Amino acid sequence: MSSETHEGPLYTSSGLKQPYHLVDPSPWPIVGALFGALTLVGIIMVGNFDNYTLLIIGVLGVLFVMLMWWRDVLRESRVPAMHTPIVRLGLRYGMLFFITSEVMFFVAFFWAFFNFALFPEHVSFATIAQWPPVGIHTDDPFSVPFLLTMILLLSGTTVTWAHHCLLEKDQKGLVSGLGLTVFLGICFTLGQLYEYTHSPFPFHGGIYPSVFFLATGFHGFHVIVGTCFLAVCFFRARAGQFSPERHFGFEAAAWYWHFVDVVWLFLFTCVYLWGASAVTVG
Amino acid sequence: MSTSAAYQGHAEHVGYGHGHVPGFFRRWFCSTNHKDIGTLYLTFSVFGGFVAGTLSLLMRWQLIVPDHHTFIANGQTWNSVITAHGLLMIFFTVMPGLIGGFGNWFVPLMIGAPDMAFPRLNNISFWLLPFAFCLIMLGLFVPPGAGVGWTLYPPLSEATYQPGLPMDFTLFALHLAGISSLLGAINFITTIFNMRAPGMTLHKMPLFVWSILVTAFLLLLSIPVLAGAITMLITDRLFGTAFFNPVGGGDPVLWQHLFWFFGHPEVYIMILPAFGIVSHVISTFSRKPIFGYIGMVYAMVAIGVIAFAVWAHHMFISGISVDTRAYFMAATLVIAVPTGVKVFSWIATMWGGSIEMKTPMLFAVGFIFLFVIGGVTGVVLANASIDQVLHNTYYVVAHFHYVLSLGSVFGLFAGFYYWIGKMSGRQYPEFWGKLHFWVMFVGVNLTFFPMHFLGLAGMPRRYPDYPDAFAGWNFVASCGAFISGASLIIFLYVVYRIFTSHEAVADNYWGEGATTLEWAVSSPPPFHTFEELPRVS
Repeated sequence: MSSETHEGPLYTSSGLKQPYHLVDPSPWPIVGALFGALTLVGIIMVGNFDNYTLLIIGVLGVLFVMLMWWRDVLRESRVPAMHTPIVRLGLRYGMLFFITSEVMFFVAFFWAFFNFALFPEHVSFATIAQWPPVGIHTDDPFSVPFLLTMILLLSGTTVTWAHHCLLEKDQKGLVSGLGLTVFLGICFTLGQLYEYTHSPFPFHGGIYPSVFFLATGFHGFHVIVGTCFLAVCFFRARAGQFSPERHFGFEAAAWYWHFVDVVWLFLFTCVYLWGASAVTVG
Repeated sequence: MSTSAAYQGHAEHVGYGHGHVPGFFRRWFCSTNHKDIGTLYLTFSVFGGFVAGTLSLLMRWQLIVPDHHTFIANGQTWNSVITAHGLLMIFFTVMPGLIGGFGNWFVPLMIGAPDMAFPRLNNISFWLLPFAFCLIMLGLFVPPGAGVGWTLYPPLSEATYQPGLPMDFTLFALHLAGISSLLGAINFITTIFNMRAPGMTLHKMPLFVWSILVTAFLLLLSIPVLAGAITMLITDRLFGTAFFNPVGGGDPVLWQHLFWFFGHPEVYIMILPAFGIVSHVISTFSRKPIFGYIGMVYAMVAIGVIAFAVWAHHMFISGISVDTRAYFMAATLVIAVPTGVKVFSWIATMWGGSIEMKTPMLFAVGFIFLFVIGGVTGVVLANASIDQVLHNTYYVVAHFHYVLSLGSVFGLFAGFYYWIGKMSGRQYPEFWGKLHFWVMFVGVNLTFFPMHFLGLAGMPRRYPDYPDAFAGWNFVASCGAFISGASLIIFLYVVYRIFTSHEAVADNYWGEGATTLEWAVSSPPPFHTFEELPRVS
């Protein structure tokens, strides 16, 4: 046939050896899937029968798989020609899209919040269309919530400080910056624990606590995950595993931490500040 | 020059760097190879399809005559079967087949990459599915079953109306399947962005790769919203929150918003990869490059973007305001434009081509025909005022089965017949392939076309029984379903013939019409392809 009807691309050899990382077979995906499923069935067991056995087995299994899987990744990162520049770029893409999906997860909870806060008439059986519903008194946003905001913002600066130290080859500054960030992360979690235990409304108090506790609770869970991620980076930094050119693990942890930070800023301005009751507590 | 010799190898010479192809357990259970994982996905998809198809035959058996007392005649049992049928077809047949199966096999091959970006992640994406499948089965078989339909609407799905474990199992099955899809989506986007061969710019990328890229973005942005919604429903059921429970002030319509914000992109997730496959098949068997390539690409992108802005057309009778309905109706009708671009481009590709009606082409042309019917009824349903009458009738059932059961599934079969020689190294028997097509084509049309009449006459969906007035067309539909079932037996025979065939096929057995990179490697390809990168000129 003539070339007129065949404009499809032609393929030749580029002469380049492929620069990607072909991973060896690994048992962790299938084991991880198994324990992931057990964890979810474990939650069903807790919810229906108050039986924690399966949940504990599942969570421990998932943690074990995560440990082994990422240990493999870290080992591979130290083998020459495995984590080439283009593979590291791929890891960045991966983290970026993972965080994008996390943002969309929080969109669901903000959607629930605005569904009721913007349209309080959507609250079933409400006698007065107002948000928060009648009888709910919220915390003063400038008490504990504002303190938590300050803690998270400060931790955002300490992690950036650590990043700059890393780029300047200041090992001591890197470790201190990361250590402080982890410390602030723990402070946030403890502060949230205080907030929850001193909450002016109970968990089983209808739609407001549902939205409030799940939105802030999932954020809190992400803070804990981010803190663990940064803690791993702290120990890796102490072991001297990061260089100004190669520190994807640190970068991913920092991105994740900023994401957690930004979600909190939205929670603070929308749920705590704008969504506060006329009379607040504390 | 020889285009392929430079980067071809034989399986026995190429192994995992320090060895040969891994042993059975390591190869199939610990796989990090995109082709093997693609094969696992395809096998699983066929399995899922047969289970889900069996459920549809059961349902058509129940509906073959009015007042029929089969073992699924109980309303709750009936609804559980409907739920499992829908979820299995979507999450365990079409998605693993089109995205996990063909996507895994052919995205790396078409872009000249040696594998996916994250091979281990690829494997966990697959292995989450069998466990999720088990949970769906528990949701079906543990009494009283999860009888809510695939949309899982509260308050029906709340603990008051679906007490006990099965509903929980079904919800958590969706969590697992969702994680699987999400990880797969991240993997595909990264692979396509990061691993294209030198010279393959985005505007030279094959349309199937584009379709998977758009699909992956839809998954990335919609699945987490479903995850959030399911989480709220689970905490409502198990831990006493009140998101969708009116008793605590919750709002069941909130679920519909969250669900359909995922659900509408989801229907495009199921059809876009089929678009991609059909484009390749039409081009190959017309011996012409696809007409309007750039238009085809941006039509898919446009469909992907609009997918996120039309969700409430599923909720026209849920009490949303007239203005909201007007907006969602207009936005929905806009989708007809990029879809029309695609349909007309396929026709223009065939126009003046030297068309060869091999089995894949039959399925592709069948796809266009059936998808257009489904699309046109979609335009009808998009009208909020008409939907007042047609909502929740068999007209809707007919519509979405024409685009999915007939569209996506025909796309699956087109891909299967197009690529099975490449994947297995053996060709399918042409006569039996064509017979499969014709029997299936007659069967599905007999099943679903009469449902338009039933819907217009007012027969509601999701009931195990109906008034005598609807008996005639229901009988026809059931007969059609059994004919479709028979066509799947023919398909099984085709598979048997393929795997017992000793006839090897050439690298490019379709000839000059097939121009993408997968045709430049051997059939079947070596365990690792593109150890040396190809260049696209």
